[in-house]
Amino acid sequence: MGALTLTGVTKSFGTVNVIKGVDLTVQEGEFCVFVGPSGCGKSTLLRIIAGLEDATAGEVAINGRRVNEVAPARREIAMVFQSYALYPHLTVRDNMGLALKQAGVARADITASVDRAADMLALGPLLDRRPAELSGGQRQRVAIGRAIVRRPRLFLFDEPLSNLDAALRVATRIEIARLHRQLGATMIYVTHDQIEAMTLADRIVVLRAGKVEQVGAPMELYNNPVNTFVAGFIGSPQMNFLKAGALGMRSDTMGVRPEHIALSRDSGQIAGTVSHVEKLGGETLVYVNTPTQGLLTVRLFGEHDYAVDETAYLTPDPARAFHFDADGLRLRQGG
Amino acid sequence: MAQARISAGRSIAAHAVLITYTLIALFPVFVILINSFKSRKAIFAEPLALPTRETFDLIGYTTVLKQGDFFGYFQNSMIVTVASLFFVLLFGAMAAFALSEYRFRGNLLTGLYLALGIMIPIRLGTVAILELMVASGLVNTLMALILVYTAQGLPLAVFILSEFMKQVSDDLKNAGRVDGLSEYTIFFRLVLPLVRPAMATVAVFTMIPIWNDLWFPLILAPAESVKTITLGSQVFIGQFVTNWNAVLAALSLAILPVLVLYLIFSRQLIRGITAGAVK
Ligand SMILES: Nc1ncnc2c1ncn2[C@@H]1O[C@H](COP(=O)(O)OP(=O)(O)OP(=O)(O)O)[C@@H](O)[C@H]1O
Ligand SMILES: [Mg+2]
Repeated sequence: MGALTLTGVTKSFGTVNVIKGVDLTVQEGEFCVFVGPSGCGKSTLLRIIAGLEDATAGEVAINGRRVNEVAPARREIAMVFQSYALYPHLTVRDNMGLALKQAGVARADITASVDRAADMLALGPLLDRRPAELSGGQRQRVAIGRAIVRRPRLFLFDEPLSNLDAALRVATRIEIARLHRQLGATMIYVTHDQIEAMTLADRIVVLRAGKVEQVGAPMELYNNPVNTFVAGFIGSPQMNFLKAGALGMRSDTMGVRPEHIALSRDSGQIAGTVSHVEKLGGETLVYVNTPTQGLLTVRLFGEHDYAVDETAYLTPDPARAFHFDADGLRLRQGG
Repeated sequence: MAQARISAGRSIAAHAVLITYTLIALFPVFVILINSFKSRKAIFAEPLALPTRETFDLIGYTTVLKQGDFFGYFQNSMIVTVASLFFVLLFGAMAAFALSEYRFRGNLLTGLYLALGIMIPIRLGTVAILELMVASGLVNTLMALILVYTAQGLPLAVFILSEFMKQVSDDLKNAGRVDGLSEYTIFFRLVLPLVRPAMATVAVFTMIPIWNDLWFPLILAPAESVKTITLGSQVFIGQFVTNWNAVLAALSLAILPVLVLYLIFSRQLIRGITAGAVK
């Protein structure tokens, strides 16, 4: 029995099938991240878990209790939204305490809970302000604080960091990781962001078009993708897909991550011309146009000087390559 | 630079148009006001002249205040307008919320049905309405007027408000649901404050025709005790002689309350506390 169990959950809007049968178990205390391309149904699935949307079919159970018919407020969940969704007419303190007030908790207890959450997030000085008087990062911290105050069994985050700038995103990400360790609560987190998914997750759920493609620990997905979709989705820059036939192999497609291709000026398996170079300081990305395999990405560590239009030779590391059949499914014995 | 000059030119042109329009719109009001303070002879001699020491005369106002129950009429108008406005805003906002927030069968059809009232004037149904009021014993009551005006104002209110409510952040409403707020609390505490500017717009559009209406008071509530001010002022307009001093004075007085209500609502138009709710 997990903290959250989804059994055959589907969702249709009219005739459009958005969630096409999801089975998933999330363990107590686990940090579970939903990733997938835009429009694949991540938010819809999260809203079904929260009870803001009814599942068309299937069962949602939280801590072993079926909650399909239970109102959001009674599911012992808290949700953090992308747009913060703070109540504009309430102060930070009242924003954070509203759920407890609705639940009929005594005023002194509410104050204590709010103060404790405010301490965790360093919100103390902001408690008497209104949302309009806060910066974006502060608003998101308040939104997270509002979730903590309720001491839910399950935290739901829907792209909570996507409205923040890069520096704040890193800081808030670390804060969320710290909160997860501190509270030990189960968290479900929706994101577009590779780095957020890889760094925060105990387990990643990769969704495509309303279906679960693969579930696993970040490194498991990275090292052991079940198909081309997961292989291409996890890891940045994206995995290169080569036509394996042209390389004399029996599989249909060979996937090689940019960091597993050696680049040389003199000799190698595939010849091409450099089309673009990106120097990121710690690493250099070289895009090579090959006549047989199209544009391939190579990731080199450190600083390298390749000129555009220069001839370069690529050699994929066969030991690190992934082989896929014509349907994109992984072949375990490499061709 | 060029950008700034173009926009300055545009802003002058826009202001010129607006000021011209304002002058044209205010001119009749101005004429009514100045003439209400003049003697009868002066009104006809020089309608556009300002009152001078010789022509200044308060006869219009004294007539109005002495003849008929002017304050009673005033009160009736006020009750009818404010009550109708209240119901239009309340029911209009509720219907708009339901239409914009909930997915249910017939949602679109219901919306269209409600919007139909914008295109079909309620006066077409006058005979039926009168029969209905007679049957229900509401003739010569303020309630009759309030009911009719509420019906008259609802279509536009629902139409405008549902458009605005669609724009209120879903996340905000959902946050309320997760926090255990009832749908009523979400409606009254979260959504209504955010659509206040739209409510004020609807209030202004609804209020003016109600205050000025002569048709329904004449038909549904012509009795002395329930006369509205527009109807009450008609006593000064006779078939043969019209007491212009009194008519102008009554009209001037009738402008005041609408002006006050308008000022209240227009403040709301400008205000808005959306900032900070969502990104
Ligand atoms: N209320 C609705 N009515 C009809 N279709 C909807 C509704 N809500 C979502 N959808 C559709 O469901 C699909 C999934 O939407 P969802 O918001 O879950 O995507 P997402 O994975 O969260 O995408 P993103 O990463 O862009 O947020 C989309 O194709 C969307 O158009
Ligand atoms: Mg989404």
